[in-house]
Amino acid sequence: MKFIFERDTWQEIYGAIRKNKIRTIITVIGVTWGVFLFVFLLGMAKGLDNSFRSQFNDFATNTMFVWGQQTSIPNEGFKRGRRMQLTLDDVETLESQVDDIEYIAPRNVTGQWGTPPGQFVKGSKSGAFKVFGDYPTIDKVSKKKIFDGGRFINEEDIKYERKVCVIGEDIYKQFYDKDEEAIGDFVRINGIYFKVIGVYKPTQSGFEGDDSIFLPFTTFQTIFNQGKNISWMVITAKPDKNIVNTEATIKTTLKRIHNVHPDDTQAFGSFNLGEEVAKVNGFLSGMRLITYIVGIATLIAGVIAIGNVLLITVKERTREIGVRRALGATPAEVRGQIMLESVLLTFLAGLLGFIFGTLLLWGINTAIGNNDDIPILNPTVDFFAVTGALLSIVLLGTIIGLIPAQKAVSIKPIEALREE
Amino acid sequence: MIEIKDLHKSYQMGSNSLHVLKGIDFNVKEGELVAIMGSSGSGKSTLLNILGMLDEADSGSYFLDEVPIKGLNETKAAQYRNKFLGFVFQSFNLINYKTALENVALPLYYQRKKRKERIDKAMEYLGKVGLAEWATHLPSELSGGQKQRVAIARALAADPKVLLADEPTGALDSKTSYEVMDIIQSINDEGKTILVVTHEPDIADMCKRIVHLKDGVIVEDKEVEQVRASQYV
Repeated sequence: MKFIFERDTWQEIYGAIRKNKIRTIITVIGVTWGVFLFVFLLGMAKGLDNSFRSQFNDFATNTMFVWGQQTSIPNEGFKRGRRMQLTLDDVETLESQVDDIEYIAPRNVTGQWGTPPGQFVKGSKSGAFKVFGDYPTIDKVSKKKIFDGGRFINEEDIKYERKVCVIGEDIYKQFYDKDEEAIGDFVRINGIYFKVIGVYKPTQSGFEGDDSIFLPFTTFQTIFNQGKNISWMVITAKPDKNIVNTEATIKTTLKRIHNVHPDDTQAFGSFNLGEEVAKVNGFLSGMRLITYIVGIATLIAGVIAIGNVLLITVKERTREIGVRRALGATPAEVRGQIMLESVLLTFLAGLLGFIFGTLLLWGINTAIGNNDDIPILNPTVDFFAVTGALLSIVLLGTIIGLIPAQKAVSIKPIEALREE
Repeated sequence: MIEIKDLHKSYQMGSNSLHVLKGIDFNVKEGELVAIMGSSGSGKSTLLNILGMLDEADSGSYFLDEVPIKGLNETKAAQYRNKFLGFVFQSFNLINYKTALENVALPLYYQRKKRKERIDKAMEYLGKVGLAEWATHLPSELSGGQKQRVAIARALAADPKVLLADEPTGALDSKTSYEVMDIIQSINDEGKTILVVTHEPDIADMCKRIVHLKDGVIVEDKEVEQVRASQYV
């Protein structure tokens, strides 16, 4: 193996490769294309993956929602069809009784599910929008981007029932001129003056949209006369807890508090993101697997092309090999040279393909920019995947190079020299 | 230098066996210039191939510089070829993508000589065949005679014991043939042992000894008065 590190060996190989330009180019194209596709596919899959992930990213994936519905089984003297109403007491009970809970945020809304929307008035313009009453905790569960200079509702707002609001980007656009400052402005909601403290941009998840108004929970309670009633609650389980189990525990607890039959599946509605995320994850890993299979198959096809071309060139070079052997090249030297040619070609071609693939990904990334319509985000390739791919094509190149190398030495020099 | 005793060789041609060499006894002393003559099918090329360790005899003994040549594996044969023998072929067999200089340096590469030494030596032998100024040319840019001279320089570069030339003038016109023979003679004058396979009597006459092969046996082996090629050049 010593000859691998000798300059002369490489000079011989360089000479052979350089002087056989066409076959070198053809060979290189095969593998370059293979690696190029491999990198491109992996990058796009990663981009899609990133994009999907970013949709969930601002949402704690260990999150569930629970709301009241109607009972379906009579229990303890209550007839069926009783309407369940969640209250702040339920929130307190759950918080103290269920250990799994990381955050719990009761929410109130008007303008959804048949309730009248809030009337928003600024100057002479007015409109009807969904109004939420929220605790600051909600921002930990469903992250919203707040534009510069603004803020979300905080504990002080809750404590003092401040008349402040956070409005959606769309509302801002409808009611304010471009570059007009909204923060600090006073608007009327259902006839009451509120100070705007922030403008939010929705993340892709969530159902608030970009045309909702957020008020401090306590302020909402008073203004809309909610008492202790809440519309639903959002619960995030601790990172090490399974949200599905937490969901079950919470519903069981709620049924106990509200005297609901344990088997009643209708009394409380719930939904957890964990399952949805799992579904998307499953889809993504399936796609990744397909990408790998297609990519690796392409790589193999490329390497086989190299083997094929080398086999043809060995046939073409039979005479040359015969001459070399007449001049004293041992079979090991001939074999070594052909194999090194194969390895070098595959490696260089692979590197080239990797560079082209990366450039294309970079180009795509630049072209897409922050366009939210295309579900590709930051398409990159894993360094280890690429290194692994390069290593495996070098390995494949070695193996595939064995065939022409063996053929080259299996021809007797005398026969090689006779070849016309 | 070369001692051959009772050499036999047959080729399998389908179901028939073709007995090419039928007991050759043949000795060559150091410094000889021997022509091996014979019509096509006489076994002269087969003999040269066996001498060149490119082929192996079925039976008989072969000593080269008192080293027994028998049952060599390919690696050993390659090393012996490199050390003992220089080849000149009818069709030159230069490597077409290497320059004249690189072609001449090739046997030295397989001798594991340092690059500097290879270049110097190759240059020296190219000069010897009068092609120093053609060193950087590819074979395709050389005439037939020049190609053969490069091939001779290459055969000499490794400083072999014996030079084996298989129809060295077969692809050349008579004028260039004589130029090539002139070089071969001058190398022989310096003491190199040379075997030339040829079917051209005028080429054979330029050697010092002629061995006639017919149907696989030596029918004639005579010393001749050497005709100097230089008088035709």
